[in-house]
Amino acid sequence: MSWLSDDAVARLRDAAAELDLSGTPYRFVGALGRGGMGAVFLVEDPRLGRRVAMKVLDLPDRAGDLEARLLREARVLAQIEHPGIVPVHEVGALADGRVFYTMKYVEGRRLDEWAATSASLAERLRLFEKICEPVAFAHSRGVLHRDLKPPNVMVGPFGEVLVMDWGVAKIVGGAVTESVSARDAGVASAIAASDSKSSVPAADTAHGSVLGTPGFMAPEQARGEVGLLDSRADIYSLGAILKFLAALAGGGKIPRRLAAIIGKAMAEEPQARYASAQALAYDVEGYLDGLPVSAYAEGIFERAVRVASRNRVAVVLVLAYLAMRIILIFWRPR
Amino acid sequence: MADEDSNFGGAGGGRFPLTRWSAVLAARGDDPAERARGLDLLVRAYWKPVYKYIRIRWNKPREDAQDLTQEFFARAIEKGFFDRFDPAKARLRTFVRVCVDGMAANEAKAAGRLKRGGDAVLLSLDFDAAETELGRGGPAAVREIASTDSMEEFFEKEWVRSLFSLAVDTMRKECEQRGKQIHFRLFEIYDLEDRDAVGRASYEDLAREFGIAVTDVTNYLSFARREFRRIALEKLREMCASEDEFRREARAIFGIDPA
Repeated sequence: MSWLSDDAVARLRDAAAELDLSGTPYRFVGALGRGGMGAVFLVEDPRLGRRVAMKVLDLPDRAGDLEARLLREARVLAQIEHPGIVPVHEVGALADGRVFYTMKYVEGRRLDEWAATSASLAERLRLFEKICEPVAFAHSRGVLHRDLKPPNVMVGPFGEVLVMDWGVAKIVGGAVTESVSARDAGVASAIAASDSKSSVPAADTAHGSVLGTPGFMAPEQARGEVGLLDSRADIYSLGAILKFLAALAGGGKIPRRLAAIIGKAMAEEPQARYASAQALAYDVEGYLDGLPVSAYAEGIFERAVRVASRNRVAVVLVLAYLAMRIILIFWRPR
Repeated sequence: MADEDSNFGGAGGGRFPLTRWSAVLAARGDDPAERARGLDLLVRAYWKPVYKYIRIRWNKPREDAQDLTQEFFARAIEKGFFDRFDPAKARLRTFVRVCVDGMAANEAKAAGRLKRGGDAVLLSLDFDAAETELGRGGPAAVREIASTDSMEEFFEKEWVRSLFSLAVDTMRKECEQRGKQIHFRLFEIYDLEDRDAVGRASYEDLAREFGIAVTDVTNYLSFARREFRRIALEKLREMCASEDEFRREARAIFGIDPA
């Protein structure tokens, strides 16, 4: 048996982990990160002189399940075009048979990394509203994300937001289709190269399967009630993200009205949650603007405080005027 | 028998089907031939890491370490050692290491060397080769390993070395069979041999030496690395009991860190 030095073993590890891009137009630049089923690399497309991100299965998938999921993710992404959703450029297969797709390279930070900065609560909440927009759009197209969490949200250098990793997305409406074979999706060469027998599955995750992340996953999702999931499962996850952002800003203390919004978004029963991501964003905006929020029934005193807080200048002027009048009433020059 | 360093399993050796065959499952199956094939691969992959581990971790002299290694694999073969392995609870290499520790600790308590009887299974293992490998780093390196508390890492490192060595051997044979000796030789020069020894030969130098175009050097190396990756993964798959274990091991070995 051949003996390999430590250096040789290290080189072989690198060689085995290396992305073999022969047969593709791309050039390897570096690794970006890894997820549950694959890795994301930074590659250069010399045809267009730009860098793109390439998501590829980290291992050839003999069963075809992960391969089908990756292709399905690409197809779903291609059909929900939105500035807040990363656009897909191409699908294909590497020389070793692993399926990949390329997408826009997003320069920025993950939401959890961004949240560790000194951004104020207001800045965080404005950013959160931006997260709700692509999610609401996807829901309008009948697509559930099902794994919304801070690491799956990218924040760009100008505060732009992109919702990533739609690998476990579920189609619940008719606007977006998934029941197409991979060959129809234009990846015949990919399938032939990988010798795969799979096609993109028409059926989704089986009832009883649990996909998602604890802490950000709706209770019904954690119970594996896949057939019962609707957009309110994502609303729950958005609520968890909102809680994460608010708690970090306030050192664990969350203002009462904001806590009520989070409570409603993360209600145990889906029926008690916001009906849509827009409704949730609307309440957050209302909170920021000092307006009433649907999640919180305030008393008269609280309402007065809120109104006063929202109209501080006017309140100060009125109070100053009243004080002047009182002084004039009681002050008698002798 | 495919491996020159070990000899076990009789006629069941040779090329195993590189499909979904698992040596672990075969080793605990009912089919005697499959069982022998499974055990053969497991012994070939694990005997050197086990021997070196016993030498270093348990500070055993050569003869004692050889006896313990023989004893360990004999028990594995005779007593259905792998039947107890549960991939849901641990990785196979962890299971093996823990079992070696248990056996070595018991042997230490008994304060006596293990003597195998005349009917016992005796494997033909090239301990001299393992000893040479162990000594390549010199006594200082051995002392350094022994003085650290990273024996788990040491065992893993040796196991990966063993796995890659098996893959390289298979690759060499396949390249010879397919007339791709130059591909393998380039791979050997660039990825297997010490860099100092080749003085960092450029692709141009290699192209001239082998009488091929520079682009061929790139392509041949690419092919060879792809083949190595494929074969190493196939070997690894054979040594895992489940797809989940295989994926976890592949990620750990190839430096893939799942988020």
